[in-house]
Amino acid sequence: MRFLRESYIVFRRQLRMNLRNPAWVLIGAFQPVLYLLLFGPLLKPLIGALGVENEYTFFVPGMLVQLGLFGAFFAGFGLIAEWRDGVVEAERVTPASRTALLMGRLWRDLLQLFVQALILVGLGYLLGMRAPLRGIVLGIVLTLLAGGACAAASNALALTTKSEDVMAPVINVVMMPVLLLSGILLPMSLGPSWLQTASDYMPVKHMVNAVRNSFLGDFTVDKVLWGSLWTVALFVLAVWWGTRTFRKENA
Amino acid sequence: MIRARGLVQTFKSRQGREKTEVRAVDGVDLDVAEGEIVGFLGPNGAGKTTTLRMLTTLLRPTAGEATVAGYDVATQSKDVRRAIGYVSQSGATGSVARAGDEVIDHGMLYGMSQAEARQRGQELFSQFELDGMWTRQPKTLSGGQRRRLDIVMGLIHVPRLVFLDEPTTGLDPQARANLWTHISNLRDQRGTTVFITTHYLDEADALSDRIIVIDHGKIVAADTPENLKSQVAGDSVDLEVADIAQAPVVAKALDALTEDGDRVVVDGRHVRGRIRRAGTAVPGLLRDLTQADVELNSIEVRRPTLDDVFLALTGRSLREGE
Repeated sequence: MRFLRESYIVFRRQLRMNLRNPAWVLIGAFQPVLYLLLFGPLLKPLIGALGVENEYTFFVPGMLVQLGLFGAFFAGFGLIAEWRDGVVEAERVTPASRTALLMGRLWRDLLQLFVQALILVGLGYLLGMRAPLRGIVLGIVLTLLAGGACAAASNALALTTKSEDVMAPVINVVMMPVLLLSGILLPMSLGPSWLQTASDYMPVKHMVNAVRNSFLGDFTVDKVLWGSLWTVALFVLAVWWGTRTFRKENA
Repeated sequence: MIRARGLVQTFKSRQGREKTEVRAVDGVDLDVAEGEIVGFLGPNGAGKTTTLRMLTTLLRPTAGEATVAGYDVATQSKDVRRAIGYVSQSGATGSVARAGDEVIDHGMLYGMSQAEARQRGQELFSQFELDGMWTRQPKTLSGGQRRRLDIVMGLIHVPRLVFLDEPTTGLDPQARANLWTHISNLRDQRGTTVFITTHYLDEADALSDRIIVIDHGKIVAADTPENLKSQVAGDSVDLEVADIAQAPVVAKALDALTEDGDRVVVDGRHVRGRIRRAGTAVPGLLRDLTQADVELNSIEVRRPTLDDVFLALTGRSLREGE
């Protein structure tokens, strides 16, 4: 109970600050729209190779995961600014739970991600995407878990490095292989076998596949389970890391 | 209120290939009684903030133990946090948030209800002359107002003990004096124990009942400002001679009055030294010098300051390196 209350206080504060700066909220919502409108049409000639009837049924799930991962990766930048203002330190001298300090911030990131996901799915539907409701729900839940994992990791990284100059290159180094090996933009099955093998080692590819299969209504174990397990595992790991950083001396 | 024994904090630092262990705090013993205002004085890098962070549970001591407000900082950190307020150097409020919201949220993290936190916050705002600032953004406040807001944040849950880390750094003299009044009121009107770190001697002198001096991670003195000053042997006397050739005569006369071991320094026309009870000794000195046909341009007698104390304790002036 106390934990939820403390998380809520932190969440409410974060949300209030975000809403005071609606430009960022709008930019965040606009990005996936641009991807759908400007990149989606490029996939139309590939429908046969993708094995779907509408390119957006393929593309929207990938965009969801991308949104979850990459949007959340930047959550830490805000935390660095807060740390500089002394807010993190001030919160850490209160008796509030360290996990709540992180969780309140994660809730904010997840809420933002949820709104973006709804925009993305809604627009996808208008553009011709078709998916069963329970597939969409599972897909969004997986997206939120993936986003939560990235936001937690990003916050942990922010408190560890305390510098935008260090964080930006680190995120870029992580993001590039994730984007290229996860089949977010194009399916890995289009590539040669060595590339497919390499991508098998990228957890995010399995997450993307799980969301994609879930949108296709294919809930069989080998299509969805591995990606879901990866997502849950990464989420738990990242939250553990994030909490540890908030708890850690000297952070 | 505070009792620390043998506090140690070491940091690992790396210079090129060499790893070195820095002992930022090296065996600190501290005692602070309830209702005291204690100044924790030392140059930058002496270990003040590190000690403070250990006492406020932000940093786990590498070795040693400390009890703050009756609780152990390592094993009962939540109880310590509930009992103390901490105002850090870096501030406590988001620059684009609204001041009042920040204060309420902070109080709520201490378990206060929203209404309770609002009422207490508004009381503190008027007490700290922040009326009308409730809905302002901290970044639009003046330096002094912002520091007072930080202190309000630290006091929202009515702590019995407040830690202030360099509260007046970067403030103009008027804002500093104003803040000092507020800080002494904390103790005088509410009986709050105040532990304040500073590298300003005048601040420690003006505010503290007792001063604890730290240098190179070790406590080098702990006493009232008066006692510390009286430890320094005597008042400083500076005589300026009209004729530079007569400086040695003056130096000899002054030397006869100083304690053994204290040196008289000749610096151009100036002759400086320390003598006990300068007020009674100087008239005799002047008479002797007049009889020796020495003409003086000026004479300056100064009571010892904490800077002299610091110099005597550590061999360095506190102002060096500023």
